[in-house]
Amino acid sequence: MTTQAAALDRGGMDATEVGMGVYNMKLGMWVFLLSEVMFFTSLIGGYIILRGAHPDMFAQPGVVLNVPLTAFNTFLLICSSVTMVLAFAGIERGDQAKLKMWLIATAVIGMAFLGVQVYEYIQLSGHGFVPTVEGYRAEGAPLYGTTFYTMTGFHGFHVLMGVLALWYLVIQAFRGKYTAGSHGAVEITGLYWHFVDLVWIILFTIVYLI
Amino acid sequence: MEHAAAHTGGASIKAYMVVFGTLAVLTVIEVLIPLRFGFPKNVQVILLVFLALWKALLVALYYMHLRYEPQRLKWMVIAPLPLAVILVMAVLTEF
Repeated sequence: MTTQAAALDRGGMDATEVGMGVYNMKLGMWVFLLSEVMFFTSLIGGYIILRGAHPDMFAQPGVVLNVPLTAFNTFLLICSSVTMVLAFAGIERGDQAKLKMWLIATAVIGMAFLGVQVYEYIQLSGHGFVPTVEGYRAEGAPLYGTTFYTMTGFHGFHVLMGVLALWYLVIQAFRGKYTAGSHGAVEITGLYWHFVDLVWIILFTIVYLI
Repeated sequence: MEHAAAHTGGASIKAYMVVFGTLAVLTVIEVLIPLRFGFPKNVQVILLVFLALWKALLVALYYMHLRYEPQRLKWMVIAPLPLAVILVMAVLTEF
């Protein structure tokens, strides 16, 4: 099997984009993710610009935000990435049990990430750090609350969509939908999930550590 | 299918676990840089950005299997990155 044929075969799809050497669903996911790069770049770029222009309005790492808690959350997301690739590796070998086990693990860890994020929001809002005009002024940090909740909130929304997609995969896996020769949905959902992890790696550094 | 699997990940389970361990260690180092090490702020920023980009690259290359994708797809993925930089620089200039 040629390299290109192998790439096309991976999804078990009829429709293929021969020019790019991958099946259409996968190409579509990559195009979508690249649009997401621009989306998150806009958010991060806006944050950098506002922070650069008003450095006194943004707190230093660990002053307002709980860095150890979020570092734990980052670790959770990294764990979910490895469970996702293990699910993918499992179904590539036709191992249904591993596919189901690792997909469930990924979805559960994703939910744990969201749970920690909700807990963080509750803690922060309890201390007056909220994304409203009066709220963020109460912290003495105009713009900080708004940019923080916008970036982390949009990322959290992406995680939520990923978790929903993962549970859908779990249901389909229990129905025996995926095989070693046909598991494109697992691969493209994995691409999305890893991208969400990748974005968080950048956000964690920029929002929490710098 | 064996050939396809080898192409897909390059990706042995061992490789996945090595990347996982690297990501975990780099995350610990990242957290320690602002909280424990007394580097000047600009040195901190450079180190943290470098580590974040390194981690992001590992995820893209190994977990998203970009390393093993056809060359044209790699170029397609790389293409918007300079545009993202231009976007930020352009807005910075206007601000």
